[in-house]
Amino acid sequence: MNEGQPFIRWDWIIDNLDQIGRRLGEHVYMTLLAISIGFAISFALAMLIRSRPGLYGPIIGFSGILYAIPSVALFALLVPFTGLSVLSAEIALVSYTLVILIRNIVTGLEGVPPDVIEAAVGMGYTPSQRLWRVELPIALPVIVAGLRIATVTTIGLVTITTLIGAGGLGYLIVNTGIRRFFDTSTYTGVVLSVALAIAADLLLLALQRRLTPWARARAEA
Amino acid sequence: MDGIGEVIAWFTAPEQWSGNNAIPLRLWEHVSLSAASLAAGVAVALPLGLYIGHTGKGARTVIAVANIGRAVPSLGWLGIVYPISVALLARGGLGFWPTFVALVALSVPPIVTNTYAGLREVDPDLREAGRGMGMRESELLRRVEIPIALPVILAGVRASAVTVVATATLSSLVGGGTLGAYVVQGLFINDLPRVVGGAIMVAALALLTEWGFGALQRASVSKGLRERASAQPPAEALRSAAGA
Amino acid sequence: MQDAAGAVVAFEHVTKRYAGAESPAVDDLTFTVRAGEICVLVGPSGSGKTTTMKMINRLIEPTGGRITIGGDDVMSLPAVELRRRIGYVIQQVGLFPHLTIGENVSVVPRLIGWKARRIAERVDELLDLVGLEPATFRERYPNELSGGERQRVGVARALAADPPVMLMDEPFGAVDPIRRDRLQNEFLRLQEKVRKTIVFVTHDVDEAIKMADRIAILARGGVLAQYDTPQAILASPASDFVERFVGADRGLKRLSLARVRDLTLIEPIVVHAGESASDVRRRLERTDEIGYALLLDEKERPLGWIDQHDLDGDGPIDPSAAVPGPTPVQAETTLRDALSVMLASSVQLGVVVDERDRVVGLISVDAISEALRTAPAT
Repeated sequence: MNEGQPFIRWDWIIDNLDQIGRRLGEHVYMTLLAISIGFAISFALAMLIRSRPGLYGPIIGFSGILYAIPSVALFALLVPFTGLSVLSAEIALVSYTLVILIRNIVTGLEGVPPDVIEAAVGMGYTPSQRLWRVELPIALPVIVAGLRIATVTTIGLVTITTLIGAGGLGYLIVNTGIRRFFDTSTYTGVVLSVALAIAADLLLLALQRRLTPWARARAEA
Repeated sequence: MDGIGEVIAWFTAPEQWSGNNAIPLRLWEHVSLSAASLAAGVAVALPLGLYIGHTGKGARTVIAVANIGRAVPSLGWLGIVYPISVALLARGGLGFWPTFVALVALSVPPIVTNTYAGLREVDPDLREAGRGMGMRESELLRRVEIPIALPVILAGVRASAVTVVATATLSSLVGGGTLGAYVVQGLFINDLPRVVGGAIMVAALALLTEWGFGALQRASVSKGLRERASAQPPAEALRSAAGA
Repeated sequence: MQDAAGAVVAFEHVTKRYAGAESPAVDDLTFTVRAGEICVLVGPSGSGKTTTMKMINRLIEPTGGRITIGGDDVMSLPAVELRRRIGYVIQQVGLFPHLTIGENVSVVPRLIGWKARRIAERVDELLDLVGLEPATFRERYPNELSGGERQRVGVARALAADPPVMLMDEPFGAVDPIRRDRLQNEFLRLQEKVRKTIVFVTHDVDEAIKMADRIAILARGGVLAQYDTPQAILASPASDFVERFVGADRGLKRLSLARVRDLTLIEPIVVHAGESASDVRRRLERTDEIGYALLLDEKERPLGWIDQHDLDGDGPIDPSAAVPGPTPVQAETTLRDALSVMLASSVQLGVVVDERDRVVGLISVDAISEALRTAPAT
């Protein structure tokens, strides 16, 4: 394997910064795409559940089954249909976000205190105004918590998409790393994906804090 | 669709049932690796979770563990451990051992956080009543807290189990076989029926794990807790938990 | 800004029947609430009092009959429009946790479309009206406020768009009795200024007697048992049901009709920290009535009683020797509440304070018994 050579070859890293940057960019792109689409679908489904609560069980059940299917398997099962492509990767990635996001959006909305809703109705909000101006802002912490979990999970899953040719940091870990017995590339890929996950988590946490000033106010009071 | 026909043909072909790439062999590799990793993970995580949950101390540790667990993806653990295991064990460092260590690392966070959360949810009045009755801490844990927290604890084990079974497929990337080997081989040589066949088996195994542990979890809810309506006074709950 | 006066609320043969229920929740209810009056709906559970109130702003739709506000049928407007013109206060208040106090109060004006400047002025005006310093409270969040402060914001929020009618569903129910007395007093003072038509639901008969210009007693099924002033109901209950509901202690209940301000206040001997003990002793000896001096802080608020026997020597009086007295009462406090507060303490004198908690005088148990004896029969 690599006896005789230093464990991490920094010169390789410096020489290949552009490639590393490209893979990082691919990774971020795939994550953002999956989260955006996943959130849009989850939000729509959550609104559906809000008007028809009986649908919660089946929808969560189905998304749960998708979630339980191992990523390698789901990616592989899509290949015959959508090929070795980013599209296959994205379909699977989006599916994995659903169960977390739907559950958190629905739970967040259910957590709005009933007296607040009664006051809102009694004061003359239309149902749509009530949703956007009262219920969603109050549900925001739980929703963003779901976004955090989904984002970190997705970043992890994107690493595996390299197996079906979708690139990302997984390429550094597997294709130029493990498959070529080249540890430097492997570690670069791992460190970057962990760093990316932590950065995304902290960023969303900061976003959550900024959007919910009233939660901070209690801590200070 | 003739694709299905090809997949079935691949399944039933004799090569798949003998030799060192046979389905039974791969299945055994997968199940044994998963079981061993889960057992080790439980052995590490459960006592830790019980201690933190029972005493209530160390919440920060729990959160830190959970966060680290979340941030490092499955492939990431493998990527970290594999070069080390190869450096340490050369050929022996392929396949089983790096995957095993990575799987154990993955299985620990859900068990710790769920065990902690489950124990924290136990009504503190029950603990106080138990101590008042003269129960030792270990008896309290064994007869009261764990039975009540069991569903939540098992939910954590279930999450771990599914993650372990799913990630065991990656073992094939480092020479470890398992059902994932079919997927990886198939993608390498562009043999789609092999890819799909492998993927279906992995998916089926994961779903079986999820449902199996789910049934176990449901069965573990003690009869007294099943009827939500009944609210027993602490002494009653303790007496029935103590089996008196 | 001159607040709009209240409007007349009229119920004409109003019925509410729920599907599958044997009897109606509210059955053929007819009565009129006069403009600018507080009408309190009381009754046992199942009497439909909350249902009745909620039909005014159509949170519950009537199945029969007509409700009018100022002559206009409530059905003639879309429900959402109607609710923006009616103030609504509930027991748990329901302040929006994600909005500041100022934003909470300005919800309805914003829904209606007032200009920003007008809203800002109105918010400050209302916060001031309910006794919350605008500069301090405007930017705070509900979870930073105490229960009593939140109740007040709830009232301010309901008044924001200057509605002619206000509905209040057990608004002071979630607060402790001492604070409830204060909030009730403040609300009565407020009503004197704004004169809205108020429909108020409570299960507490004493609260009804204290707050109402007119009480509507509802029996099971929303049947109107009696609708009259508190005095009339206490003096001549219309039926056995009313008599039982009001309670056997009608005589004592009459104490709820009279207020502290109906009594003649006694001048207290007031002292402040730092005054000389011998001076105070001399002042007490001169009057020889009470034997206690009332210790005040620099804002004229009561701290406690100092027994004249504890005043030794010539040095400054010792503030720690003061015995805390009973909770101070206000001009609007009913004699009943004042009596129960005073009887609980060792010094049988009640301290009366104004809205800024400054001492204005004392009342005695004797004076209250006298008032009870000479109260008119009707």
